[in-house]
Amino acid sequence: MRIKWVECAALSVMAALSVMTGGGSWFLALALGVTLLKCLLIPTYHSTDFEVHRNWLAITHSLPISQWYYEATSEWTLDYPPFFAWFEYALSHVAKYFDQEMLNVHNLNYSSSRTLLFQRFSVIFTDALFVYAVHECCKCVDGKKACKELTEKPKFILSVLLLWNFGLLIVDHIHFQYNGFLFGLMLLSIARLFQKRHMEGAFLFAVLLHFKHIYLYVAPAYGIYLLRSYCFTANKPDGSIRWNSFSFVRLISLGLTVFLVSALSLGPFLALNQLPQVFSRLFPFKRGLCHAYWAPNFWAVYNALDKVLSVIGLNDKWFGSAVPTHSPSLGDSLGHPHLHPDCHIGPRGFLRCLILCALSSFMFGWHVHEKAILLAILPMSLLSVGKAGDASIFLILSTTGHYSLFPLLFTAPELPIKILLMLLFTIYSISSLKTLFRKEKPLFNWMETFYLLGLGPLEVFCEFVFPFTSWKLKYPFIPLLLTSVYCAVGITYAWFKLYVSVFTDPPVGKTKKQ
Amino acid sequence: MEKWYLMTAVVLLGLTVRWTVSLNSYSGAGKPPMFGDYEAQRHWQEITFNLPIKQWYFNSSDNNLQYWGLDYPPLTAYHSLLCAYVAQFINPDWIALHSSRGYESQAHKLFMRATVLIADLLIYIPAVVLHCCCLKEISTKKKIANALCILLYPGLILIDYGHFQIMYNSVSLGLALWGVLGVSCDWDLLGSLAFCLAVNYKQMELYHSLPFFCFLLGKCFKKGLKGKGFVLFVKLAGTVVASFTLCWLPFFTERAQALQVLRRLFPVDRGLFEDKVANIWCSVSVFLKIKDILPHHVQIIVSFCLTLLSLLPACVKLTLQPSPKGFRFTLVSCALSFFLFSFQVHEKSILLVSLPVCLVLSEIPFMSTWFLLVSTFSMLPLLLKDDLLMPSVVTTMAFFIACATSFSIFEKTSEEELRLKSFSVSVRKHLPRFTFLPRIIQHLFIISVITMVLLTLMTVTLDPPQKLPDLFSVLISTELTSANPPLLLRKTGPELTSVPIFLYFICGTPTTAWCAKRCHVRTQDSNWQTPGRQSRTYT
Repeated sequence: MRIKWVECAALSVMAALSVMTGGGSWFLALALGVTLLKCLLIPTYHSTDFEVHRNWLAITHSLPISQWYYEATSEWTLDYPPFFAWFEYALSHVAKYFDQEMLNVHNLNYSSSRTLLFQRFSVIFTDALFVYAVHECCKCVDGKKACKELTEKPKFILSVLLLWNFGLLIVDHIHFQYNGFLFGLMLLSIARLFQKRHMEGAFLFAVLLHFKHIYLYVAPAYGIYLLRSYCFTANKPDGSIRWNSFSFVRLISLGLTVFLVSALSLGPFLALNQLPQVFSRLFPFKRGLCHAYWAPNFWAVYNALDKVLSVIGLNDKWFGSAVPTHSPSLGDSLGHPHLHPDCHIGPRGFLRCLILCALSSFMFGWHVHEKAILLAILPMSLLSVGKAGDASIFLILSTTGHYSLFPLLFTAPELPIKILLMLLFTIYSISSLKTLFRKEKPLFNWMETFYLLGLGPLEVFCEFVFPFTSWKLKYPFIPLLLTSVYCAVGITYAWFKLYVSVFTDPPVGKTKKQ
Repeated sequence: MEKWYLMTAVVLLGLTVRWTVSLNSYSGAGKPPMFGDYEAQRHWQEITFNLPIKQWYFNSSDNNLQYWGLDYPPLTAYHSLLCAYVAQFINPDWIALHSSRGYESQAHKLFMRATVLIADLLIYIPAVVLHCCCLKEISTKKKIANALCILLYPGLILIDYGHFQIMYNSVSLGLALWGVLGVSCDWDLLGSLAFCLAVNYKQMELYHSLPFFCFLLGKCFKKGLKGKGFVLFVKLAGTVVASFTLCWLPFFTERAQALQVLRRLFPVDRGLFEDKVANIWCSVSVFLKIKDILPHHVQIIVSFCLTLLSLLPACVKLTLQPSPKGFRFTLVSCALSFFLFSFQVHEKSILLVSLPVCLVLSEIPFMSTWFLLVSTFSMLPLLLKDDLLMPSVVTTMAFFIACATSFSIFEKTSEEELRLKSFSVSVRKHLPRFTFLPRIIQHLFIISVITMVLLTLMTVTLDPPQKLPDLFSVLISTELTSANPPLLLRKTGPELTSVPIFLYFICGTPTTAWCAKRCHVRTQDSNWQTPGRQSRTYT
């Protein structure tokens, strides 16, 4: 009897294992592999964001809703939309089984080993949503190129690029943030749009907005795309809009979805009459134009010029007066100065538009954090496996964007990790995309190659040479400045190239739809 | 190689895993007065840097041999000296005589970890990559998968980067691997030089010495002892003598010096085995207290005889029919014989068996994976002591996934692929219905994996340590239903882990093949005569 039972158990385990080793196993292996790597990263350095999230756990757990957006014991006040607060609330009910002490609002900078374990694992577990979203995205990639070799399939390459994304790994699992599942929501909503499940996509995006409002940057792309290809139900034969096909029902149902989600999120605070307070927390315009670490964007170049001029003794009045008050309105008006190129019909056009939105806001936005570059890099991975031109843009963008994240990790034990992981991702992405598009023209011209190779010496200078020079005390900001200016050049270039590609490339979707 | 980028990615991944494991704690962290292996390592740097070479191995007021005295061959000492010079450059406090005892700081930990990574990067990893590139008869993809599995082997990573082994295993195993590579690729002199260096780095490498000797001797025989073979033999002997002399040169000035070093290297006065080793002595002593029954010198003789007896057939076979493939299998079988039967085995010595097993990973993936998993598990008590539960579980799972996906091990369990054909054919002569072997082995694998998982879980969750041994043993007793449970209840330990090792050994023992050969299987197995397939006899 017992032997039979053991045999049954053995057989079922065997079956489970053979599923794993069967056809679609590579995806599972990739996902599990990266999850295990994340587990290995648990003892690494974590930034103040760790304390931020611990504090939010404590706030949502121990205070009534009416206090959530008023509580200010810690300097890290709750400044994410309500859904995220609810998310922390849900987490806190698991957290109490790990360590009750972390849920005390007055326990500032508390980080016992159990707290650490809980917080790290909460990121790793919620990443399951990201893994699922990547799985869905891989379905949207058409495998028209029938290769025998697994490692040369676009699906395989895409899933590696997304699952093993360097930026996400270091920002979420070393620096500490919950971007994984948020990007999971975004990718899932993109995948749903690809699958023509527009309502679902819109719903997911609305939910996402109420998790983290930074995604407002890409909201215009969603708005225009949904209007163009969902609310207008038919096209003329040449692909242009047929004005009389407008469906009010669809528009209203979309609007209703968004409204209901917003009501669910903001309703309680509206009822408490706290909406202005919530918004003042969400959009703190009092912060500066640039974040403490400079994001490699337009303002970084501007700031660098300003600084260089002041250091070499030129009076900076002239430059200072160019943007006299550093006003948010200017930053924001510059943030979206572009008429969003009408999303070419078809989800690929939408994706392009979305990336452009993300990049433009990154370039000119107010108080942009360098982590925001992930908002462009991750969706760009989807495009990169489709066309050689996009692959080239993606590689420049991801390599420079990821390099610009280096200053986030400044401690010695993490130095090898960031360099090794960066090399791993960069070498893999460049080589695999080169292999994928080996029949087309080379991905980089000599200038781009030279630029990308320049990152190596830059890193050597910033981390291995500069600390030993006498400038270290006098000009400690030089490595940061060099990094952000150098990366700003690459990102601007990628942005420009993407912009050009939007207008010059033949719309892919048009031919596909017919 | 067109897929060079995948190989680079694999190497980078291996390095990343190594470094992330090294962020964890090490043996003896913050545990005065003796600390642990980490402190031993640092102490040797202190000794070699501050004392003249003549005093390294001698007890003196500056060199207390009771406190982590140097007990490894000269090359280890030279390596420590080299590290000490770097340490001196960075921070002289790290290696100050006397005052630096038990020195611990974040920066120092970083330095020590970096020395391991650099040594690994220079010696072990290139050898693994080259080994995988030199493998014949498999596709590029398989070569890369093979490299991934070998580089992710958790035992070595955890011991070198987590526990902080006394003198880096990656160096000695890497040198041995270079030796294997050289000998297999017919660069016999370079190969034997590398192996001599390995032995001079860590005397435990002697586990591998017999196969090397037999393989090279066999090569000489093959070329004809009167002509080229003799020349080769002389050259090889010259290389070995020269490399040994070079390493030992400073200690040859006085007779006492050399003898003292030897005495430090082979401390026969320690016991038959240390507390928890998954070898035969430890397992037998559950039933029979060998340590108490037999006098010390008899123990030595018995263990020596058994070891010799168990490795003789394989070695004779290798001498008569030298082939690179047979060589690799003989390495496995000899190292395993030493591990199972020899005197004073440490649990970490399993790494010496694991390395050759890694080399045959692509040939017998199922068995090798099983063995490598079990070998890692057998070091669990040691790793738990160092607070390395998390990295060990994670890296073991990663290794298992890597092996399962890259070799699809569960589909390769036919008799043919387990290299058990000749064995089962010969059994079938007497027992015609003997066709269930692969299935049994599959089930055993599943059961042993489940047991390992359960035991790990229990070790972690069940706090009272008194309770643990019983549970361990109860589990064993349910498996070995014929055994007497009350007897088993007495002793703790991963004896269980030795069950699969035994199984492997029994299946893989050359003796079986020897018997099979005697039974005239030769005529029945059609593949027998095919060149390159001779290694079948070894498994």
